Amino acid sequence: MIRRLLLFACALALPAAVCAQDASVQVLPPDLHGSRQLEPLTQTSVVRDYLESWKAFRTALNDNAPQALAQDFVGTALTQLTGTIAEQSQLGIHTHYVDRAHRLQIVFYSPDGLSIQIIDQVDYDEQVMQGTTVLGTQPIHARYVVVLTPSQTRWQVRIFQAAAQ
Amino acid sequence: MRLRPWFLLAGLASIAGPLLLAQSPAMNLPAQVVAGGALSIPTSGSGQGTLTIVGPGQALRRTVQLGSPVSLAAGVLFNAGEYVAILSSGSDEQVAQFEVTPAPKPAKLSFLAEPSRLPVDLENGVSGTVYVFDVYHNLILSPTPVSFNLSDSSGPSQTRTATSRDGVAWTRMNSASKEGSAHFVAQVGAVTATRVVDEVPGDPCNLSMTATPDSGKAKLQTAPVRDCSGNPIPDGTIVTFTASFNGKQSTVDVPLKKDIAEVEMPLPAGATISVASGVVAGNEIHWSGR
Repeated sequence: MIRRLLLFACALALPAAVCAQDASVQVLPPDLHGSRQLEPLTQTSVVRDYLESWKAFRTALNDNAPQALAQDFVGTALTQLTGTIAEQSQLGIHTHYVDRAHRLQIVFYSPDGLSIQIIDQVDYDEQVMQGTTVLGTQPIHARYVVVLTPSQTRWQVRIFQAAAQ
Repeated sequence: MRLRPWFLLAGLASIAGPLLLAQSPAMNLPAQVVAGGALSIPTSGSGQGTLTIVGPGQALRRTVQLGSPVSLAAGVLFNAGEYVAILSSGSDEQVAQFEVTPAPKPAKLSFLAEPSRLPVDLENGVSGTVYVFDVYHNLILSPTPVSFNLSDSSGPSQTRTATSRDGVAWTRMNSASKEGSAHFVAQVGAVTATRVVDEVPGDPCNLSMTATPDSGKAKLQTAPVRDCSGNPIPDGTIVTFTASFNGKQSTVDVPLKKDIAEVEMPLPAGATISVASGVVAGNEIHWSGR
């Protein structure tokens, strides 16, 4: 009940950044099937940048603001999310995502060092809003398959695809 | 004042009647739908409703006649992922979750071969990484066999097979012993992707020179410079001749021309001459002047 009230308050009044509660994050040891060794610093950067991308994702889908995605998403992921935001805008809805827990594991680092794959067992609430009216809320537990590629300054999400457990 | 029982019953019926008669909207949603597939969702209830489907991949809405199935044509819902479906009518709603799975048939490969240029005869020198997608560019997560083939113009081709895990497969191959363009092909079923890998000669092998007197100077000339597989080293590759005498050194860099590097150097008798190319050192000659 309190959670619903908080979500409602967030949707009504408070900026997304304030309402975004920090999700719990667990990083499991890598289970790599690529041949390239993963340096601890690389792992730290990838996890940091991926979690940052969730912030951008939340903001973009809540505010229907595709520009919020530009720094963290590229390729297919950017195209899909941008398309979804356009569709949401057309329908007059927006979606409030609240990620509660991430359980991350890096599972592939390509031999050329140009892509990294993460599996994220994530718990989040998806709340669909029309203006200030809540159309529906659904808690979701999903397995996200995420591929990140390096840009000049950070790792960017190129594939962002949820699958069943 | 006492209320009569029939009056109480009538009052309750007037309040609860509409609630009991109205049927809340409900739908029977499958847990999984294949990307791009047609979808028919049976609904119950009466009157008109709205079906809203939203996920990170897509958002869409349909007006629904409750009690009749709502249909989504093939190709409408095509991005794989988790979705929330909300069937609403008035203030009533039913919320459900379902998954759109990738289409099972591979349609596109994202194939990266690295490096695009490498020396011949290098063990595990070239790597290939493949991501397997369906026609809607969803990553196919089920294990899929991927065949890799590296063939050059001369030798037998190498073939490796790997099974994708969460949509990705990779391999390493040796470069061929002959220089030239090699074709690196990844194949899943009938879908192929080809990359061209330039295989170039390796470092010089068995670098050697001779020194002969010529008009008071020493004429230094290498034997034809080749790599360890016998491929000629490209013209323009620098060969360095170094002469040492009484603690002093003089050096001449000469580009290869038609496999050979040659130069004339004024050398005193007793000088030591060496030859090298890159990190490869050749033979040494003690110059007697004759």
